[in-house]
Amino acid sequence: MRARGLSSLPAVVLAAALVGLLLVPFVALVASSSIEDWRAGVAHPMFAPALRLSAWTSISSVLVILLAGTPLAWWIATSRSRIARIVEVLVELPIIVPPAVVGVALLQVFGRSGLLGDLGLGLAFTSAAVIVAQIVVAAPFFVQAAASAFREVDQDAVLVARSLGATREVAFLRVALPMASPGLITGASLAWARALGEFGATLLFAGNLTGVTQTLPLAVFSALEADVRLAVVFASVLAGVGVVLLLGLRGLPALIAGRSR
Amino acid sequence: MSWSARILAKMGASELDVELSGQAGVLAIVGPNGAGKSSLLRAMMGAGRAIQHARVSVGDVIWHDTEQAIDVPIEQRRIGYLPQHGGLFRHLSVLDNVAFGLAVSQRSLPRAERRARALQALEELGCAHLEGRRPRRLSGGETQRVALARALVVDPVMLMLDEPLAALDAITRRRVRELLADKIAALGRPCLWVTHDVRDVEALGARVCVLRGGRVTQVGALSELRASPSCEFVAEFVGA
Repeated sequence: MRARGLSSLPAVVLAAALVGLLLVPFVALVASSSIEDWRAGVAHPMFAPALRLSAWTSISSVLVILLAGTPLAWWIATSRSRIARIVEVLVELPIIVPPAVVGVALLQVFGRSGLLGDLGLGLAFTSAAVIVAQIVVAAPFFVQAAASAFREVDQDAVLVARSLGATREVAFLRVALPMASPGLITGASLAWARALGEFGATLLFAGNLTGVTQTLPLAVFSALEADVRLAVVFASVLAGVGVVLLLGLRGLPALIAGRSR
Repeated sequence: MSWSARILAKMGASELDVELSGQAGVLAIVGPNGAGKSSLLRAMMGAGRAIQHARVSVGDVIWHDTEQAIDVPIEQRRIGYLPQHGGLFRHLSVLDNVAFGLAVSQRSLPRAERRARALQALEELGCAHLEGRRPRRLSGGETQRVALARALVVDPVMLMLDEPLAALDAITRRRVRELLADKIAALGRPCLWVTHDVRDVEALGARVCVLRGGRVTQVGALSELRASPSCEFVAEFVGA
């Protein structure tokens, strides 16, 4: 079927309506706040702690995800074992399951009377809980993207590297990793965006305590109860970070791929 | 330099069961798809999966002996491996591709010396002008020449080529084939060459090993195969 076959009027209208639905809220968000709102929002006592907490917890989560997710993704991509296929499917579970479910499940593990809570690993309602929640919901996005990037790596090139004298580790670090880097960056950006936006699991598992577990999305939630204009400013800041991440998501891998052309 | 190999390995549903030996010079591995040609090459390199029994030695060095629990890692075997599409590192320039082997195995060499040697290897294959290029901007023939320079610069004890000309057009294939024949003869080391093309065998003056269903069914010079082909495939291959 040719693509032109799709350009009937109803199809165009529907597609345009969807694009509108995706974009108009963001325009409305930015358009609905004044300079005074921004001044008041940024100066609000909830803003700085939430921004700081969001920044350092999401960066920490992404670092953990990169460190543990990269070898996992490599294994998923290169192993032919059945266990690898099963793990690959299971790792996607947090994408399918609603964040609220993840939050409750985490409470059952790290809550005061949870599986590990009894062992003194009761993390619930701490900043560590925020990070754990972010890791669980965001890691699958990185592992998926990284595994598909590693699958694209020419295994012959890796074997050549070995034959030229590179150990398994050196071949991975100097050949496989750089060759997969555009996909890894895409995955890391996706994971970071997901960690930054994490709300449901955090609320249930970590709570909403200013300066401790109240990340920017939770601050939006709290602000909405007090003053809509405040919520709009907080939300706009999050949307702005999202735009920057999207540019990185699209631009940086293309730049790297372009450089090796 | 002589070599010998006895390999028994699982290969999907069937198995690879091979006993081979040779001297310096080219042994062409031929056979229908799925005969185990690439599996044999990988097993020889030390990258084989599911190897049950192996005894591989090259010169005085034992690469693999399951009975003595010897299994020299690939990176210490000094193999010149040339896959079908070259396997160039696309994130590195041509010069860095060729210098890679020196960088990882002879780190004591000064960087300038490594680059000089890499450049010389490129020069010998008529590719010095490509040194700054990225692999994606090379033609098929250039890719294989650069890949060969990269394999030769580390002075391999054995060459393993997996259909190195299969992706090239007819004219380029002939040129690269001549170049490869020259370089392999000059190197004077053993070489395994997987091919589907009898012209490769002719140009290289290679002995031929016919592989079918994971087993060696015939070994000999082209003339011997022509005189008494062991099966339909061999007859077809040699054009008898």
